Amino acid sequence: MRLYLLSTVCALVALWAGTAFTWLTTPIIFGLTYAIAALGVSVMVRAGQVSFGHAMYACISAYVVAFIARAYPGTDALVLILAGVVAATLTSALIGLFMVRYRGIFFGMLNLAFSMVLFALLSKLYHITGGTDGINITRPPLAGVAMNRDTYEQWLLIMSLALSLFLAVWVQRYFRSGSGQALSAIKTNETRLEYLGFSAYFIMWKGYVFSGLIVGFSGAMLALLQGLVTPEIGLWLRSGEYVFIVILGGAAHAAGAFLGAAVFETVKLMSSAYFPDLWQLFLGLSLIIVIFLVPNGIVGKFIEYNREKSRRKI
Amino acid sequence: MPLDLLPLALVDGVAYASLLFLVSMGLTLVFGVMGILNVAHGAFYAFGGYTAATLVAYFATRTESPVLLLGVLFLAAIIVGLVLGSLMEFILIRRAHAYDPILKLLITFGGFLVLEDVLRMIWGVQPYSASEVVGRLGNIELGGIYYTTYQIVVVPVTALVAYLALEYFLRYTRLGKQTVATTHNREVATALGINTKKIGLVTFVIATFLGALGGALASPTTSLVPGAGTDMIVLSFAVVATAGLGQISGALLAALLIGIMRSISVYMAPEIEVAVPYIIMVLVLIIRPHGLFTVAQARTI
Repeated sequence: MRLYLLSTVCALVALWAGTAFTWLTTPIIFGLTYAIAALGVSVMVRAGQVSFGHAMYACISAYVVAFIARAYPGTDALVLILAGVVAATLTSALIGLFMVRYRGIFFGMLNLAFSMVLFALLSKLYHITGGTDGINITRPPLAGVAMNRDTYEQWLLIMSLALSLFLAVWVQRYFRSGSGQALSAIKTNETRLEYLGFSAYFIMWKGYVFSGLIVGFSGAMLALLQGLVTPEIGLWLRSGEYVFIVILGGAAHAAGAFLGAAVFETVKLMSSAYFPDLWQLFLGLSLIIVIFLVPNGIVGKFIEYNREKSRRKI
Repeated sequence: MPLDLLPLALVDGVAYASLLFLVSMGLTLVFGVMGILNVAHGAFYAFGGYTAATLVAYFATRTESPVLLLGVLFLAAIIVGLVLGSLMEFILIRRAHAYDPILKLLITFGGFLVLEDVLRMIWGVQPYSASEVVGRLGNIELGGIYYTTYQIVVVPVTALVAYLALEYFLRYTRLGKQTVATTHNREVATALGINTKKIGLVTFVIATFLGALGGALASPTTSLVPGAGTDMIVLSFAVVATAGLGQISGALLAALLIGIMRSISVYMAPEIEVAVPYIIMVLVLIIRPHGLFTVAQARTI
């Protein structure tokens, strides 16, 4: 309960910051799209599986948004988001059928392979996708209202925050549900899980589709925010950044993705402001330091601390 | 594809496969011995290439001998292997043992990000190449087509020699046998009195050398730009996964398969050239989920 309150307060603070300082609006939404994608990836990390290709679902969603916006100008942003998410969910359901047979490094690499194939196709099929230049999206009406840029962005901010809260609660509920718990059991001991009568394949598949769906939201929001989609959205380094955020924040709780994304965006913003050529270096260093100091992420450390505290009370 | 292009595609493919194999060999060796999938290996490739290009540029004006210039390529790989390999092992890899495989991978991912920026700090963003070497070595005529000596002889032979040398090292030398023992069971190896720390360092330096050698040998025929290491690492991941993790001989076949198919696709279907290695990998893994040459392990509780 305390956490829900805290999350709502955080969301309100972000909303206030985003509206009070207009230069912060875009970075905050951008950070939120990262957080949502990381939330999706963290579902798979629950099962002990790291995907180096989940950015592909953001990419699919973003391109579907762009395609529809190009083919039917004036389509509502809400419809675009929905279409993007449906596309991402369907493809993850399809690719997942094949993907969830694999574990560990093979799982990570196969996801990467699929995302590379998509990346190659998007960059090479100029006449359909615009190649590396991507596709521009003219600002669509939102809920039937055509807006100027500032209002549009503020509504995007509100939507991303609401979406984040909603998805976080949904993921947290899923983690507590039967199949969510079974998903964590795949990490611990898959054979025992199967002895209990669960189908590890089906549990993994459900988790995979769910994670694809969440990442799909992130891609659609990103497309609407940037007004431009490029193959870059699906590059494996982007997937790597999502994984990075999950590890930074910790996969034990949905809040991890948001904490991780906040730290990630801050490190990125600060280092690109002060050391424009060296932001990767700082990112890399902070990743290494975080893993050595807090291998379970910020949330993991927090949970550990709470456990220690309650133990001391007894 | 016109049939007369086939030999050209084959030579291209074999030369490319050789580079790929050199890099993959290092990657799979480190995985076999230490259980680390080293993302930073791509940076070793880039460092090898840039160092070689710099050294060749320095020596090209001072010597006429192509053999000496070839030696410079190897020198670059040795320098990178010794300096970068031992530094990285000492600072990162040694400390990473206690963590689970995914965190190990991410630690090397962090190392990769750092090294990419260090690379950019040293060499900037303009392209580098060491094309002098290719020109000085001349051409060879085969069946009416001229090939560069460099591509048809030097690169494949180097890869083959490196492969045989590594196999010899692992099978017939004391240190090599100890390395294999460490691969199978680290605890038992330590208990038998094998200095696994030393093994780790040696393995990592060899692997770095192989990655850097791949880059150094690539530098005369390709121009090095930022991101070259990134492309190479994902490609050699594909090779290593296709072969089965830790399979050195398997990597040789997988690299040939991927290299040749890729260069054939350059002539036949250039749009999907970049995707070909991954399509091969996916097809292989559908049939053999753990790669071509891995024996499946029994499931235990």
